[in-house]
Amino acid sequence: MSTLLEVSGVSVSFDGFKAINNLSFQIAERELRAVIGPNGAGKTTFMDIITGKTKPDEGRVIYGDKSLSLLKMSESKIAQAGVGRKFQRPTVFEDQSVFDNLMMALKKTRGPLAVLFFKPSSEDNDKVAELAEQIGLSGALHRKSGELSHGQKQWLEIGMLLAQDPRLLLVDEPAAGMTPAEREHTTDILREAAKTRAVVVVEHDMEFVRRLNCKVTVLHEGSVLAEGSLDHVTKNEQVIEVYLGR
Amino acid sequence: MSDVAIGQRRQPFALRFPSVMIFLAILALFTVGVTILSEGFGIGVISTSFIKTLGKTLCLCLVALAMDLVWGYCGILSLGHMAFFGLGGYAIGMWLMYARTEIIVLESLAAAELPPTPEEVSNGIATQIFGVVGSSEFPPIWAFAHSLPLQFAAVVIVPGLLALVFGWLAFRSRVTGVYLSILTQAMTLALSLHLFQNDSGLRGNNGLSGLQNLPGLDDVPQATVSLWFFWASALALGLGYVLCAWIVSGKFGSVIRAIRDDEARVRFLGYPVEAFKLVIFTLTAVIAGIAGALYYPQAGIINPAEIAPIASIYLAVWVAIGGRGRLYGAVIGAAFVSLVSTWFTGGQAPDINLGFYTISWVDWWTVLLGLSFVCVTLYAPKGIGGLIDLITDRKSPNRHGASLGPDQGSLREQEAEK
Repeated sequence: MSTLLEVSGVSVSFDGFKAINNLSFQIAERELRAVIGPNGAGKTTFMDIITGKTKPDEGRVIYGDKSLSLLKMSESKIAQAGVGRKFQRPTVFEDQSVFDNLMMALKKTRGPLAVLFFKPSSEDNDKVAELAEQIGLSGALHRKSGELSHGQKQWLEIGMLLAQDPRLLLVDEPAAGMTPAEREHTTDILREAAKTRAVVVVEHDMEFVRRLNCKVTVLHEGSVLAEGSLDHVTKNEQVIEVYLGR
Repeated sequence: MSDVAIGQRRQPFALRFPSVMIFLAILALFTVGVTILSEGFGIGVISTSFIKTLGKTLCLCLVALAMDLVWGYCGILSLGHMAFFGLGGYAIGMWLMYARTEIIVLESLAAAELPPTPEEVSNGIATQIFGVVGSSEFPPIWAFAHSLPLQFAAVVIVPGLLALVFGWLAFRSRVTGVYLSILTQAMTLALSLHLFQNDSGLRGNNGLSGLQNLPGLDDVPQATVSLWFFWASALALGLGYVLCAWIVSGKFGSVIRAIRDDEARVRFLGYPVEAFKLVIFTLTAVIAGIAGALYYPQAGIINPAEIAPIASIYLAVWVAIGGRGRLYGAVIGAAFVSLVSTWFTGGQAPDINLGFYTISWVDWWTVLLGLSFVCVTLYAPKGIGGLIDLITDRKSPNRHGASLGPDQGSLREQEAEK
């Protein structure tokens, strides 16, 4: 499998504090990867760098077959290039219906004029309905998303990401605040998504990571501490020391 | 697939947005009613000066609509839209003044033995217009003042271009929230201070006057002219309303409301947020310019005080009181507050004698307005427009997407009229 994203030698510091320290990371197309690490390990900053929210002090971030450097691109350009991101807190547009949220996320031309003259075709409507089915919100399409439960909002956001049809999906703590049944459904969705695209999941919960059953990267103090299967990394002395701590 | 009506059968625009039709109907009825009661074409119950007040109010409603689009929908609290309004007024005022003065100068020169040269005419006009600021030459910005089409173009282009450049600089640097508001205020203040100078080329603090007289139409009584402007204002408001409703109804509306609520998230969806903001900012500036171009011929005079920062703050207050985030709210707010303001400051409101102190409304009106702004913000954030929700909710309660009845086959909310 060819490499989709390559992060190499990236460092960033905030007021002298090195949040990311010479971090290197690679992910192939259609790969599912879990990123774990204690609080302050730099997981969120790592995502911020890939999505263009934070500009690193040094290093390279290369993406896709054309080897685009993401560091020179704006957030919206990176998103258009196929990098989708789900935040820790569910961020859906609460004032708007589930349908509108999904329609907005649907992969279409993003320029102001194209959007102004946009009319949803019946395929678009079908696509939205299909996504709603997938995330279990078919019955709530025309409800305001602000009325949904926390777990449903999480799903709606996952649905919006799938609608964007990204090639690389970054997911920050998807299972936070979900019931066990909802977690299971989320794992299924993520594993399903990873069949057609690369997915990076940042998660605290070891049980959840175990269920994902994929390669794991352990971050600590802004750099990669260990990489491999979950069993492999949990046997690593250093990992036990800094993370599991028992 | 779900049984919910997803397709939202593409009904005609009018049916999907009944509020637009209701608004247009009310506006049409109002226009016809005022015409019938007017001095110019009707039974003469309403005085010409009140027709002008009503016409001006319609223009204020139009600029409030623009403010609602940029603030209520897109979340950009611009405190500079009255500057665009004023620029529109100046643009049309320049032609009105030039053309009228030209006629007067030509008349006076006609008595001379030799026919006047173009230079003499031009100097005559310039002396007439700029004598008051001690100049007798046309400043460069009057280069197009002789041409009505060019000045019409200026009504749209000048505010639009200013908004485009200003917005591009501000949005590109990711200036948002209160800082952007301050920046727009600074722009407004700078513009008004510039225009106050005599050498700004627009007659300093004298401003442009006599705009109520249409060149070459001196025989037409003001009673008629005022109605023409009233109709034009009503038409502009109607068209502006439909345009705004169309913009906010589709995906574009979805995106700008999303920008208002969570700008960063919209960026991660891949939308170029800055471009969207720029489009809305520029478009609303153009609408404001057109509203101003219709307003000032009815007011008769424009001077730099009209562009003072306070005017733009009033605009925000109208929209807040009317209810932002809904188009009719902006219209209601602007109409209600500006008419009430006319009543209070026009000396018609009876003073209240408290024995030890007399409350004279001319002075106390602004205090009352300020208080009501605070109260609306604190206790009724939906504004006056929120009252309409009370009525519609009673008619068709919000069932949050559930069926309207207990039976399996009962109407879904989506299918029911709302």
